Amino acid sequence: MADEAPAPGPLPRESIAGRVARAVATLLLVGGVLVAAAALAYGRQAARDTYDQLLMGAAGDIAGAISVQEGRIAVDLPVAAFELMAFAGDDRMAYRVVGPDGATATGMEETPLPPERPRGAGALGPQFWDGDFAGEPARYVAVSRPFAERELSGTVRVIVGQTLHARQALAHDISRRAMVVLAAFGAMMVAMSVLVVRKAVRPMERASAALAARDPYDLTPIPLPAAREPAVMVAAVNALMARLDRQMQEMRDLISDSAHQLRTPVAVLRAQADLAAGERDEARRAAIVARIHDRAVGLGRLLDQMLSRAMVIHRSGAARRVAVDLREIALEVFDEVEADQLPGRPGPGLVLGEVPVTVLADRLSLAEALRNLTNNALAHGQAPVRIGTGIAETATGAEAEIWVEDAGPGPAPEVLAARRRRFAAAGNGRGAGLGLSIAEAVAAAFDGRLDARRPAQGGFRMVLVLPLLAAGLPGTEDDDAA
Amino acid sequence: MRLRAVLIRLAAGLGLGLGLAMAGPAAAQDAVFTYGNPRLGERLVVRSTTDAEVLGPVMQDFVTANPDISIVYEQWLTNELYETARADCARRAAGGLRPGASVLISSGAHQLVDLVNRGCAETATGARAEGLPEALHWRDELWGITREPAVMVYNRALVPPEEIPHTRFDLLDLLRRDGARYHGRVATYDIEASGLGYLFAFADSQQATTFGSLLEALGRARAVATCCSAEIIDGVAQGRWLIAYNVLGSYAQWRAAQDPRLGVIAPRDYTLVLSRAFMIPKDATAAPAAKRLLAFLLSPEGQLALRRRALIVDAADMPDSDTADASGQSQLRPIGLRLPLLLALDAQARERFIDRWRETFPPAAP
Repeated sequence: MADEAPAPGPLPRESIAGRVARAVATLLLVGGVLVAAAALAYGRQAARDTYDQLLMGAAGDIAGAISVQEGRIAVDLPVAAFELMAFAGDDRMAYRVVGPDGATATGMEETPLPPERPRGAGALGPQFWDGDFAGEPARYVAVSRPFAERELSGTVRVIVGQTLHARQALAHDISRRAMVVLAAFGAMMVAMSVLVVRKAVRPMERASAALAARDPYDLTPIPLPAAREPAVMVAAVNALMARLDRQMQEMRDLISDSAHQLRTPVAVLRAQADLAAGERDEARRAAIVARIHDRAVGLGRLLDQMLSRAMVIHRSGAARRVAVDLREIALEVFDEVEADQLPGRPGPGLVLGEVPVTVLADRLSLAEALRNLTNNALAHGQAPVRIGTGIAETATGAEAEIWVEDAGPGPAPEVLAARRRRFAAAGNGRGAGLGLSIAEAVAAAFDGRLDARRPAQGGFRMVLVLPLLAAGLPGTEDDDAA
Repeated sequence: MRLRAVLIRLAAGLGLGLGLAMAGPAAAQDAVFTYGNPRLGERLVVRSTTDAEVLGPVMQDFVTANPDISIVYEQWLTNELYETARADCARRAAGGLRPGASVLISSGAHQLVDLVNRGCAETATGARAEGLPEALHWRDELWGITREPAVMVYNRALVPPEEIPHTRFDLLDLLRRDGARYHGRVATYDIEASGLGYLFAFADSQQATTFGSLLEALGRARAVATCCSAEIIDGVAQGRWLIAYNVLGSYAQWRAAQDPRLGVIAPRDYTLVLSRAFMIPKDATAAPAAKRLLAFLLSPEGQLALRRRALIVDAADMPDSDTADASGQSQLRPIGLRLPLLLALDAQARERFIDRWRETFPPAAP
């Protein structure tokens, strides 16, 4: 293992908080521009409406002061009309009263007449239009007052106009106030989003700080953050570390088991070899050599089993689970054992159903477990040995079973009881216990269990019970033979 | 004083003065004075309705402080000044000549308000209007440079102290009671001849309901309408008239200070305060110099000079200076340089007002 953590490379400069802040800023900016445009338009409209009312008021005042005297249009101009117009402080005003004949009764001759009204528009309502007053843009209103006197009949029009300074000032003022409110609001939003973003990414920061501060050799789980997104990441990291931890532990176990289990038989072998070397008597030496051979064979089997157990345990942690038909496993092991069987010794029998017995597991691990159980039965049980599969209905649902039985009474209870311990084989040196331990480990790895049963018709049956995979799930073909 | 006022009679070719010249002694006011050296720097043509005698020293102060500017000070009658400026403005707008004047100073404030309203004025932004009441400047184009009360002038020798009218009501009562003694011996401006007189009378008609009865009383007393401050005040001093109503206070006070026969009263019910309006015609020649003259007139220095000529009179300086009522409210009514003054120029309003006036003051026989 390397002494230092792998170099993480330069960290990306962009942070989630930065991205969110930029997004929020963009949002505020775009929104601000839109609202500002709206505020400007609103200010202009409001100012226009306000001062149009003023114009209208002045024109109405003047129109109200028109009378007909001796056939002439007499306008007793009210000072109030001028005072109204004076509200628009710096604006110049134009006014003109035009008789039905188009002649100016009073006012400024140069004041323009209203543009022709579109057809169909009301003839008497006030008419507003934009125009020009002595070189400056201006707004005008024309108000009509009909007369039906003996001497004068027709419509007298009052035209009042004013320049636009006050309108523009008011529009600016309204817009500016709106902008000030808007800016304050925007600043508040920025401050709030800073707080919110900070609060939102705090679990992330905490998680990354926890990760950064972690000793690379520390594989204990990191406490899960409160928020879901970082929790998912941390949980994944935790799962990875847990697997790593388990595998490291298994490795350590394997090494210490191997050391422990191999040291004694190797020492015995050496002692016997020493003995054989010092023995003069041929017959006794032959006996010692035979014992050495026996021991060596036993040691070989022990090694085999230890390695397969290591393999099983490794795969249970590392291999992907696929759907496996237990009948195929039974058949495979049956073929294999039968081929290995010494001639003259009775081989195992095979009991398979018609229906696939599918479980989610690792093919190699299952085969190894079954192989060990079968070998145990062949080595320690009484013929006939049978291998079979089945489906058992239980209260909680269907269970898949794969089993090996023989006609003997089965192993001693302490051997059975010891199968859950790692050093099961230590005592007997021939590996039966280790075989059970492998099967047990496989059962545990795939959420099953290893049952020892004594059927009513006699004999002994070891059953590997696994959860049955419901029909209709992916095919049984094993694509993970690695 | 290095005052080098040169009086030049206006050539008859100016024409405008002619009509009025025939109307009476007004033609004497059509005069031109020069301040400063006209061969040095810019020449500023100031057309004013104020006697050079009054405003001249202020002009002199200006050219003394600004030797690169000389002033040609033309003395005009208010109505002519207005008509000429309007014609100049129309000609300019039609793409013609530049206006003849660089500066207009007129006591016919309504006329200058009208000129500004017609867009005939040059904008002088940045002219310091501090200390100038809000109503006395408009659009950065019109400034009220003086504050002069409309007063009553009486002859100290001929009007006994107990008869001195302190308000318009006093005057009314006096005319009703002693109609015979004051018959034909009260004078006021002829509002057709004097823009200022018209403005005062018009402002009176707007101010108070007393105007009607006052007009009636003046009519019964066969009051005389005539032209021009100088003529009226001379008449009062000589005893031709006993009381003159609505006389421009600055001139009256200045004369009263020299002539012990004259008494001056600011009416206590209310005192109209006129501001001579200052305007630079659009596209005027020597506009920068005109702006400097304006800045000078608005500066503390200029204000002091105007005050010295009694052209700026505050409540405290008022003759018979009890112009605050019981509530302490000042009874000064400044004539604001604002749009309502346009009403005074409206053709029909003017016609109606003059008709009403003429009922009281039939046209004077020449």
